[in-house]
Amino acid sequence: MAKINGEIEQYANGMTISEYVSYKGFNKSYIAVEINGKIMSKSDFNNYTITAQDKIEIVNFVGGG
Amino acid sequence: MTITVNKQRIDTMATDVFTLKHSIYGNNDNVITIVDGFQTNENLTLLDIGEIIFIDKTKMPSENEMEYMLSARHTPQVYDKVKKARVAIAGLGGLGSNVALALARTGVGTLHLIDFDVVEPSNLNRQQYFISHLGKNKTDAMKNIISQVNPYVNVVTDNVKITQDNVSTVFEQDKIICEAFDNKESKAMLVTELLSDNTDKVLISASGMAGYESSNTIVTRKITDNFYLCGDGVTGAKIGRGLMAPRVQICAGHEANAILRIILGETEL
Repeated sequence: MAKINGEIEQYANGMTISEYVSYKGFNKSYIAVEINGKIMSKSDFNNYTITAQDKIEIVNFVGGG
Repeated sequence: MTITVNKQRIDTMATDVFTLKHSIYGNNDNVITIVDGFQTNENLTLLDIGEIIFIDKTKMPSENEMEYMLSARHTPQVYDKVKKARVAIAGLGGLGSNVALALARTGVGTLHLIDFDVVEPSNLNRQQYFISHLGKNKTDAMKNIISQVNPYVNVVTDNVKITQDNVSTVFEQDKIICEAFDNKESKAMLVTELLSDNTDKVLISASGMAGYESSNTIVTRKITDNFYLCGDGVTGAKIGRGLMAPRVQICAGHEANAILRIILGETEL
């Protein structure tokens, strides 16, 4: 099962990153996606399909600095 | 015996710090003693010591003395390493101005400072500027402050707004980059643009430092080998919740220390 932000997400397998991001209510403009140790480019969000072996972290940035 | 005092190898008959100090300064209560990065009043045995720096607090250092006196309290061997380092700081606001000053005081060799904005009064609640800097470009103001704190830092400035289109050119010469933006969209953009193609750059970013929530929720996380994230991850600035100096400084401290650790080869947390 894919592990996303530390949680096992059973239904995520087979979704693209874009679909998962929408499903969870994230805004694409405010996130960075780390997948299996690498940062994913925005252009790959639509192309990449989540598999059971994937370990993903979605960093949802908040404002201030 | 031969011992290093104020960067010179000298021969002395003295075997302890007090005798050595007296032989150079006589009875002078204004001279402090720094042994291997630690200020001490103890009468240590000279045999146990690597190097000593004596500073007469009443005397303005000469040009020769200034650099080693500024760095005397660093952990030994740190200065030689940080002096060779270059760090870019993207944004010179609450985070960036604090990170820049911390790294300047630490003696980082080159600081590449980037911001497009000018200093205005509401900045002063958390940013390192003074009233005399109001209306000035933040890049110029920071350069001015750094010159008064550590003149040995080489400061390179770019008065530009960082966008998707100029990320690769702006940071072409930088290997270590500190993300210090205010805006969450810019933060996300920089992380993604810089790191999705580059594995030779390291980015230290920050998210979540507003208000006066607990200090203890601000942490440093290592997301990938080249992406570190400081902050509490959730407390964003918003209507009804401002940015306050203490917590912003804690987060900036996390960023600056993460950068220092990376320079010194400590890649784990």
